[in-house]
Amino acid sequence: MKVRLLDIAHARSGDKGDTANVGVIANRPEWFPLISRELTQARVAQHFAGMINGDVDRFELPNLNALNFLLHGALGGGGTLSLKTDAQGKVYSTALLRMVLDVPDAEARALGLPSA
Amino acid sequence: MTERIVRVASGQGFWGDSLDAPRQQVENGPIDYLMLDYLAEVTMSILQKQKERDPAMGYARDFVGAMDSVLDAVTERGVRVIANAGGVNPPACAIAIQGVAKKRGKSLRIGVVTGDDLLPRLNQLVEQGHALAHMETGEPLETVRDRVLSANAYIGSKPIVEALSRKAQVVITGRSTDTALTMAPIRFEYGWTDTDYDRLAAGIVAGHILECGAQSSGGNCQYDWRNIPDLANVGYPIADAYEDGSFVVTKHPNTGGRVSVQSVSEQLVYEMGDPHGYITPDVIADFSTIHIEDAGPDRVRVFGIKGYAPTDKLKVSIAYRSGYKAVGTLVYSWPDALEKAQLADRILRERLDRLGLHFDEILTEFVGASATHGPLAGNAGSDAPEIQLRVGVRSDDRATVERFTREIAPLVLNGPPGVTGFAGGRPKVEEIVAYWPALIDKTVVQTHVEIV
Repeated sequence: MKVRLLDIAHARSGDKGDTANVGVIANRPEWFPLISRELTQARVAQHFAGMINGDVDRFELPNLNALNFLLHGALGGGGTLSLKTDAQGKVYSTALLRMVLDVPDAEARALGLPSA
Repeated sequence: MTERIVRVASGQGFWGDSLDAPRQQVENGPIDYLMLDYLAEVTMSILQKQKERDPAMGYARDFVGAMDSVLDAVTERGVRVIANAGGVNPPACAIAIQGVAKKRGKSLRIGVVTGDDLLPRLNQLVEQGHALAHMETGEPLETVRDRVLSANAYIGSKPIVEALSRKAQVVITGRSTDTALTMAPIRFEYGWTDTDYDRLAAGIVAGHILECGAQSSGGNCQYDWRNIPDLANVGYPIADAYEDGSFVVTKHPNTGGRVSVQSVSEQLVYEMGDPHGYITPDVIADFSTIHIEDAGPDRVRVFGIKGYAPTDKLKVSIAYRSGYKAVGTLVYSWPDALEKAQLADRILRERLDRLGLHFDEILTEFVGASATHGPLAGNAGSDAPEIQLRVGVRSDDRATVERFTREIAPLVLNGPPGVTGFAGGRPKVEEIVAYWPALIDKTVVQTHVEIV
């Protein structure tokens, strides 16, 4: 079953120099293991290919049912140097939430996930 | 006997935040401390420029109005105010605040924290071997030293605690860390020592939740955003701190917004790096140890936080001149809005080429199609009712950027059709003040507290 990350998680993003951070939080604690499994470093790096020119770091915060991603080279130089509309990386959060997950039907039903 | 609580209220998340929030925080319910954060990364350089023009300036002017609006609460009810509004000139800020008090016939005891300003000593520090290398690129400061506008060490809670212990009603700092403004009064009230790492870290986490104003009480909150009530009357966050380091995030009754596990969690991950090591001058906080739970309507309990000994360095915020930029925009309408905007961009770039103009960077965005989500937005812009063409350029040469600004308006008459939205006139050329984060040995920075 296709599941939109937007329907099972919320997120906030911000900047540190030319790096954007995206913190993504499961809407329900029982959905966090699935989100943690699906949102690998490689998957997120692939998601943002063409938008960032550096690496992606991934950190787990099971205490907050959250993951934190650092997207390096995401802000056109960052801060005041950047010419981008989103120079502070404020909406990389919603850009991540565009991701669509492929979840086995049985698991999706068991977790009560909303279908895309 | 009820358990003791220290109540710290956030009344400002950055310079430019709501002018009414400080007053609302002292009027809508009881608080012990009002914390006002005015400084962002490049604010210090703006203030430094103002101080160069007028030696009595260089602080956040909004703070003067804020103090006027909360003065009675400070002098009659004992609310104490902690603000990093001093910018690059805390003594001048204190004089302005004393002026407000005097005009109202009140006397005020102000603690002024200085010592963070490294600009006067910068050459000497570099000569002594402090490279002040860029924290991300590793380049030595030498490469931009002649263009430096301001240099300030991020200082911690200790000078604020000293000012409070010397009975300051208002504490004015320069480049204190945002989080220290909240942690310091809690630490002062409970007498936490330099090695009470867990509790100091808890105070830092409280500071992180409060430092962006309403961003933890329903503002900019994605979770259930449609149903967050009455943001027009949003209540700014308050931390009720306990002696053991735990605290409850809440807001005044009869205010809008929402304090929930979700709203606080979003703020906790905001601008987060490695969650295991949130480094401050006082302590390293481990965000992976934060426990957070619902404690009733608009109440969130935070507890269990671990902290570790700080490093022997302080972060330094350096601002330097780095060329010029300008951004021009035009709006193209349906039909074929995106295609027209794309053609206008090609024409503009060809003209800039023919003029022989060279830029360090030229960036085109199509607002309404791909400006914020790039290729992830797919072909959403293909049938858009309108698209904004937004072209930005950057160069070390002001005249080159100036020339660019003359090339936008002509497109209205000599480019693709269906164009509007140029009423704002020619784009403005802006000098870029860039940010240079560095580290310095703690021993080099001595803070000083004066009571005036």
